[in-house]
Amino acid sequence: MAEPRLLRIAPGRDPGGRVFLVLLTLTAVLVPLMYFVVPETSALHLSGYTVTLLAKYMSYAMLAIAVDLIWGYCGILSLGHGAFFALGGYAMGMYLMRAIGARGVYGDPVLPDFMVFLNWKELPWFWHGFDQFWFALLMVLLVPGLLALVFGFFAFRSRVSGVYLSIITQALTYALMLAFFRNDMGFGGNNGFTDFKDIAGFPLQDPATRVVLFACTAIALGASYLLCRFVVSSRAGRVIQAVRDAENRARFLGFRVESYKLWVFVLSAVLAGIAGALYVPQIGIINPSEFSPANSIEIVIWVAIGGRGTLYGAAAGAVFVNYAKTYFTAVLPSFWLYALGTLFIVVTLFLPRGIIGAIGAVRRPKARP
Amino acid sequence: MHAAFGRRLENKPERSMTSMLWAARLLGALTLVAALLGSVVARAAGDQLLLPLMQRLPAADYAEKQELIQQLVQTGDPRVRPILAALLDGSLLSRAGDNRVFLLKSSSGKLRDALSGADAGSLSAEELTKIGVNNQLRKSLRVALAQFDLADPDTAVRLAAVKEMLRAPDPAVLSALRARVQEEKDASVRREMESGLALADLDSDDAARRLAAIGALSGNLNPEVFNRLSAMVELSADGNPVEADASVRAAAVSALRAIDRARTFYAGVQTLLFGLSQGSILVLAAIGLAITFGVMGVINMAHGELMMVGAYTTYVVQQAMPDHVGASILVAIPAAFLVSGAVGVAIERGIVRFLYGRPLETLLATFGVSLLLQQAVRDIFSANNRSVITPQWLSGSLEINEALAITYNHLYIIFFTLAIFFLLLLVLRRTRFGLEVRAVAQNRAMAKAMGVRTEWIDALTFGMGSGIAGMAGVALSQLTNVGPNLGQSYIVDSFMVVVFGGVGNLWGTQLGGNALGVVNKLLEPVSGAVLAKIFVLVFLILFIQRRPRGLFPQKGRVAEG
Repeated sequence: MAEPRLLRIAPGRDPGGRVFLVLLTLTAVLVPLMYFVVPETSALHLSGYTVTLLAKYMSYAMLAIAVDLIWGYCGILSLGHGAFFALGGYAMGMYLMRAIGARGVYGDPVLPDFMVFLNWKELPWFWHGFDQFWFALLMVLLVPGLLALVFGFFAFRSRVSGVYLSIITQALTYALMLAFFRNDMGFGGNNGFTDFKDIAGFPLQDPATRVVLFACTAIALGASYLLCRFVVSSRAGRVIQAVRDAENRARFLGFRVESYKLWVFVLSAVLAGIAGALYVPQIGIINPSEFSPANSIEIVIWVAIGGRGTLYGAAAGAVFVNYAKTYFTAVLPSFWLYALGTLFIVVTLFLPRGIIGAIGAVRRPKARP
Repeated sequence: MHAAFGRRLENKPERSMTSMLWAARLLGALTLVAALLGSVVARAAGDQLLLPLMQRLPAADYAEKQELIQQLVQTGDPRVRPILAALLDGSLLSRAGDNRVFLLKSSSGKLRDALSGADAGSLSAEELTKIGVNNQLRKSLRVALAQFDLADPDTAVRLAAVKEMLRAPDPAVLSALRARVQEEKDASVRREMESGLALADLDSDDAARRLAAIGALSGNLNPEVFNRLSAMVELSADGNPVEADASVRAAAVSALRAIDRARTFYAGVQTLLFGLSQGSILVLAAIGLAITFGVMGVINMAHGELMMVGAYTTYVVQQAMPDHVGASILVAIPAAFLVSGAVGVAIERGIVRFLYGRPLETLLATFGVSLLLQQAVRDIFSANNRSVITPQWLSGSLEINEALAITYNHLYIIFFTLAIFFLLLLVLRRTRFGLEVRAVAQNRAMAKAMGVRTEWIDALTFGMGSGIAGMAGVALSQLTNVGPNLGQSYIVDSFMVVVFGGVGNLWGTQLGGNALGVVNKLLEPVSGAVLAKIFVLVFLILFIQRRPRGLFPQKGRVAEG
């Protein structure tokens, strides 16, 4: 049994995925070279800013893959995936805040600056342990995972599906946004966390740290792609797709639809959390606006534009939309929202399978469903 | 009051002696006035009585003026009132040569004879002297004027007079009030008088009178009453109760309890009304969505932006008719319905109709529309908030009693929501259009077979839902800032209301929205506004998981969706 399964995720069966992995490997190898080795005078030299920007795109791509896993393959449209991303980011942010130590503005060895500012006398209980890197990493996995587990358990058990599920996931991220905006929560209120100094003992401003983080992001993106590929091509993956296409039929065939949905939802949330945890140390800030419902909808549109149900399409969509965003918000700020709004409409009306789907349709006209 | 009196006694004995004497005399005088006012006798007093008094006024010192004022009041002549009023605001002048007194018409500078009222032409500034007053005189003048006003036919003037007199309740004033209270016909003025008198009686030396006063004050929600009664039951510095008499104390305690109960009750009523008004906003935001989502099954993420369009329509209408702010709101309501409705029809024709049966895609496409609308508004009106003026008839509050005041905009929004709700029900239940909408919602193919133009109905239904969102925007423009982000803050809430109430059920939306509003307001004092909102959201998430079809699920095959 092991052989065919491996074969299924082998590059030969997945030309698009092969292109994606090759591109990713090239990026992971070339970018550090162009940053470190190519002299600054050369046109091929990449600035630290560009490296960080690419790392940001890659963590977004990972988030998009997580959303594609549940939306493209399981038919669950989560409008709250930004929440899992942000929770992973906050878990990492808490570690980074603790790692500042006495170097903060107020110089308190234990309390982060904002707590001193708010006159807090001691560390809240949920901040304990975050001075350990391994604990923070564990939390990056556990917090989004547990939230998804509890939320999904109740939601799927009571058969909340379709738009209803979308609406309550949106309410979930909205409630979390409101909560994280409060100063009393102990997560820095609307300023969130920033001014990070170092990670696991390495200064964040250091080019070497930057490249290592970049490489970690690339590896995580590649690994999550392969993991999702493995999941969707496994036998369980078949069931998941059956749930997407005909939930009741799958149930009547004897599959525990709720369990399949729940596990794929939790996996997706954990991947989103890891993406958030990679995003925060490189971007250097996390605040509650990451929880805003509009952010989560935007993630969905990355997937829709790239082409859902392909995984690499989602990643391509995330990079494409975010590159366009970076470009246009700098050049034509007011144009960007028009462009994004139009993208939403055009993609849903004319490109139901996204750019990847459109390319596929051009190459193999008969393959359209 | 008494402490101040005592201090004055210490510092300037002779002065206070005269004022005590004066107070005693005024007491007599005011009683007399009360008896004389309105009677024919006053008329007979005539000029020969007033004239000598008036002629002495310019040269008199303050103590003498006090005396003269009191004598003038004593004449009971109605002409005295304008003279005293002029003295108070410094427009009573005298001629240097013969001490003749004139009233100055403040606006034109013309003079009138103080007694006859005849036009006295104009005199040069050197010839005239203002008759001066000091603060003590001003106080006496105000009380004296209030005395005259107590007999005024206008209830509002009488009420103001009573309030003025109660500001300085010395014995003279109180006895004058006591004399008037029986004759007073208007209940509110009379209540004001009685409560003022009873408050004064709390200081009486006679325990029976204090007891009677507490009886009269029971159920009175004036904060002054509460403070005075609380002070009575406290212990003074030497450990003894402030109030010596035990039965009076007991009465005060039970009166305080009654006041507390009444206050709690009215606070509850107030919370309920605020909750209902907040709920009405939710209903208003959700009811258009209940049409598009509930009846048509279309997720319209641009719904909030259609509300924003309505709010901006209000702004534009107000700019177009700056002289009629009050009427502009009334014009804006149908205007917003039409504008938002037109945008809605455009969305339906342009996008939504290609996506029927694919709710998730509709959701994404309409979210794109919402981004476009937001940015369009930013480019047309700028990203800053626009201020919409609240017209006179919407501001202010309805004071039911001292403990319960409801601002008019809260009240109007409840009525506005109910009006729209019942109008919508009427349209859906009683008109041909409504019948066709329901037919299409229940069975599209069959409706089509019966000759209903389903495409046309789709567009109009969507337009109607959008138009209602526009009208909700008019109401919101009176409550919050009108800005490009106006709609975003309501979209999650209104979806939750629709799902909570049960999709496709307008009564559910109405009930659900109001219930959520009230719960929110009840939680707010305990947990703070933001946390209350979070609790409500979490509750809704859990509720939907318990009952995925809402409070009032649709029955039958439709529900299987």
